[in-house]
Amino acid sequence: MSSLSLFVIIILYLGILFFLAFIAEKRATSKWVNNPYIYTLSLAVYCSAWTYYGSVGVAATTGISFLAIYLGPVIAAPFWILILRKIIRISKQHKISSIADFISLRYGNNRLLGALITIVCVLGTVPYIALQLKAISETFEIMTHSVSIEKTKVFSDYTIYIALLIAVFATFFGTQKTDASEKHKGIVASVAFESIIKLLFFLIVGIYVTFFLFGGTEDIYNQISSSANITEITTMNGFENGFNWFFTILLSFFAIFLLPRQFQVSVVENNREKHLKKAIWLFPLYLLLFNLFVVFIAWGGLITFGNSNNSEYFTLLLPLQHGNYFLASLVFIGGFSAVISMVVVSTLALSTMVSNNLIIPYGFLDKFSRNQNDKNARYIKGIRRVSIFVIIIASYYFYFYFSVPLSLYSIGLVSFVIISQLAPSFFLGLFWNRGSSKGAIFGLIVGFLVTLYTLVIPVSISAFTNSDYFVNQGLFGINFLKPYSLFGLDFLSPHAHATFWSLFFNGITLAVISLSGKGNYRERNYAEMFIDTRNYSKLGDSALVWKGEAYVADIKNVLTKFLGLARTERALSLFFRKYDLPPDTQMADARLINFSEKLLTGSIGSASSKILIANVVKEEEISLVEVLQILDESKEALASNKALNEKTNELTQLTSELQSANQELIFQYKQKDEFLDTVAHELKTPLTSIKASAEILQDDFDEMPAELRNKFMGNIEQEVDRLSRLVNHILDIEKLEHNRAKLILKPTNMLNTIEKVTRNLSQLAKEKNILFEIEDVSSVIALYDEDRIIQVLTNLVSNSIKFSDKPKGKISFSFSQKEDILEVYIEDNSKGIPENDKNHVFDKFYQSENQNTLKPSGSGLGLAISKQIVQKHGGEIWLEKTNNEGSIFVFSLPFN
Amino acid sequence: MKKILIVDDEPNIVMSLEYTFKKKGFQVFIARDGSEALELLENNIPDIIVLDVMMPKVDGYQTIKKIKENEKLKETKVIFLSAKNKTSDVEKGLQLGADKYLLKPFSVKKLVSEVDELLG
Repeated sequence: MSSLSLFVIIILYLGILFFLAFIAEKRATSKWVNNPYIYTLSLAVYCSAWTYYGSVGVAATTGISFLAIYLGPVIAAPFWILILRKIIRISKQHKISSIADFISLRYGNNRLLGALITIVCVLGTVPYIALQLKAISETFEIMTHSVSIEKTKVFSDYTIYIALLIAVFATFFGTQKTDASEKHKGIVASVAFESIIKLLFFLIVGIYVTFFLFGGTEDIYNQISSSANITEITTMNGFENGFNWFFTILLSFFAIFLLPRQFQVSVVENNREKHLKKAIWLFPLYLLLFNLFVVFIAWGGLITFGNSNNSEYFTLLLPLQHGNYFLASLVFIGGFSAVISMVVVSTLALSTMVSNNLIIPYGFLDKFSRNQNDKNARYIKGIRRVSIFVIIIASYYFYFYFSVPLSLYSIGLVSFVIISQLAPSFFLGLFWNRGSSKGAIFGLIVGFLVTLYTLVIPVSISAFTNSDYFVNQGLFGINFLKPYSLFGLDFLSPHAHATFWSLFFNGITLAVISLSGKGNYRERNYAEMFIDTRNYSKLGDSALVWKGEAYVADIKNVLTKFLGLARTERALSLFFRKYDLPPDTQMADARLINFSEKLLTGSIGSASSKILIANVVKEEEISLVEVLQILDESKEALASNKALNEKTNELTQLTSELQSANQELIFQYKQKDEFLDTVAHELKTPLTSIKASAEILQDDFDEMPAELRNKFMGNIEQEVDRLSRLVNHILDIEKLEHNRAKLILKPTNMLNTIEKVTRNLSQLAKEKNILFEIEDVSSVIALYDEDRIIQVLTNLVSNSIKFSDKPKGKISFSFSQKEDILEVYIEDNSKGIPENDKNHVFDKFYQSENQNTLKPSGSGLGLAISKQIVQKHGGEIWLEKTNNEGSIFVFSLPFN
Repeated sequence: MKKILIVDDEPNIVMSLEYTFKKKGFQVFIARDGSEALELLENNIPDIIVLDVMMPKVDGYQTIKKIKENEKLKETKVIFLSAKNKTSDVEKGLQLGADKYLLKPFSVKKLVSEVDELLG
């Protein structure tokens, strides 16, 4: 295949990716871009050219140890729910845009630590990117059958053009927004697409080799079994190799959290926490599929080519050997996909770190504070764009001058060991609140130096000088300082050995320094926040301890420079509203300081934003004791918040009770009003009658017939009676209701009382032909005020007489004596009370609708008074039954 | 002959008013509550109605609303009689379309002169 046509294929494929990323940016909110599958596939940026080509190489030379690199992530996946979710939560809250930001924020927003981490990440990643370029270059050579790349001129190598194209892609989609914590939907979508492509084409070539070139897995196994080195490449070699496995797994476990590109896709680009739930099983599945055919491709290659130096490219060489150029092209595109996604995401992550944690805080800060916001934004973007290009070009030079003699796999492992130096400060920082920034900084430096000594330097020396003197003799010929068997630890492979010693010294340094110092208030504060995420996310902005003074206007100035006036004002007004502060607040409090730092963090990184804000803040030193006190206070504030909530609830309940009481009062007031209205009406009505009759009599006394004259005179008499009765009743009920009526309780025989009542009313009863019947009992003694009960009985009986409509009326009295209660039943055969009056008969002034004709004879208060009297005795009165056959009224009296 | 309708649930008041207006030469109709009055008004159109406010069943307010809805009774005058003496009550009565609002206890002579005035 000609190099030009392969280059055209590459350009076309890049065009597709460009288009895809462009669409994704356009539809950034669509479901197609925001789902757990895209998230999982973007995590597969883990599988770079190292996986795509390197695994086969390892399988062909050292056996199944390549699997260790994937076991780490598989083991890590279940922990994501615990660890990664916590990291995502913290990162979202603090607008974190890189792993350097994350770790430095944990250690009190330490600028030096952020810068060191950035340097370690760059040093760990540049060789890794170089490895990708090497893969492209070498596969390009294989595809085009050109001679192996001798040190030719840089610009005649296609790889530089491809690298620059990738840089353009990363720049275009990676630096559209100034705020690096914003999502890069275009890049994520293209990475997801590439993850599908690389897996698919790798599986296709796997199937092709296993089932088309050979007769299936068994056939390959049988053929390779006849070869000599079978045991070495299919089994683990005892105890020592177990350790090697352990450290490789540990390395890859760390890598899935710490690699800048993994942090970018798993944390920064995560837009929903719940996507993790799918990812924890889908991602291991992806890795499993990727590794399904590795061994068979490796064996197939060994069978076909023997022990070749080019075993890493068996996936290309096997189809080419059989003249299948199309399939080889697919494999090439798959590998190319793995390269682009890794390079793009890595450079994006690194450029953010370089700008936010290295260049801005150390170099450009002064310049910024004087500039306008749009200029600042352009500067920041400019720094990131330049960083991307510089990183890619640096990687190219690394590849061009250093990587030729090294295998993909060894470069990858060195990168992993370097990156894993972040592990102690990262993982300990998440769970141990004593870790201090000083400890983290020294741990990182020591770990890195140990890595240099035990891995980077000896590997480089061996590769470039072919001299084993340093490895075999150690520094100054001291046996204990042999780089691959430091202090006599001689049974580990070089990378496992380096991992062990570097992490050991790193962790020990971190722990010892952290424990020996107190740490300053800032880092203790952030430590509490990181470790106790759940509590502190509740406290939010107020969690920060800060003592000092600052003017809102100054802070606003700083913010405006980076965010612009409109966004700043919007953010501040939101903040003031959230904390219920007046919009013209003068002095900034800790919450505002923290809020402002967070706002800036997305644009310029946490370290820089801290410095910028600190410029306008006169910060006083706070002693550790004070910090702990303030922290305790915030915890107490949480607790008292709870208490306050309870109080609020109580108050709310009280208020609602008050409201209902008020309602009741209003109701009673209305009732009182109505009562007074009714009383007025009831008083004025007879007065009107009297007045009218009197006027008529005065005017026409002589000329009117005597009969009529008498009638009017009778009216007056009747109305006067009604008036006096009404006045008496009103006074009576007033007395009863306000407890001014005294009862004179005496043991009395109810039979005698009833006798008195019936005697009084006998004339009225006789007129309506009504008979009284009293239950035949010897005596019914109870304790009551006889005059009052006579009043009750009179009311009830005269009502019965009033409503009697039968030719033979009957009113009967009976008794029921329960344990401590006497019940008196008054039953009649009157016309009864209408259904809708039943519940109101005891109301004041309630007048049944069918008693019109008897108007002047009642006051409307009789039953109301009766009820009061009975209740005063501790008893009850009720209407037991009523229909047109008659009614039964009952009242009860307690014996005591 | 002028026609007057007296609506009140107090028999003694009704008796006095009946006597007075008969003597003055009115044809007098009597109703003991709102519903009886409305029933009566279906077949008779009086020149004036003397209407008590507080009555059982259909009270004076409800009655005057029905009266005002009736086209045939457009010309009929209405005088309210009521013990409710608050300004708001009087206003409510007048708002509903009453021509006069007399407070109980009223003088019969006053009522007669108001009736004369309304009927011109």
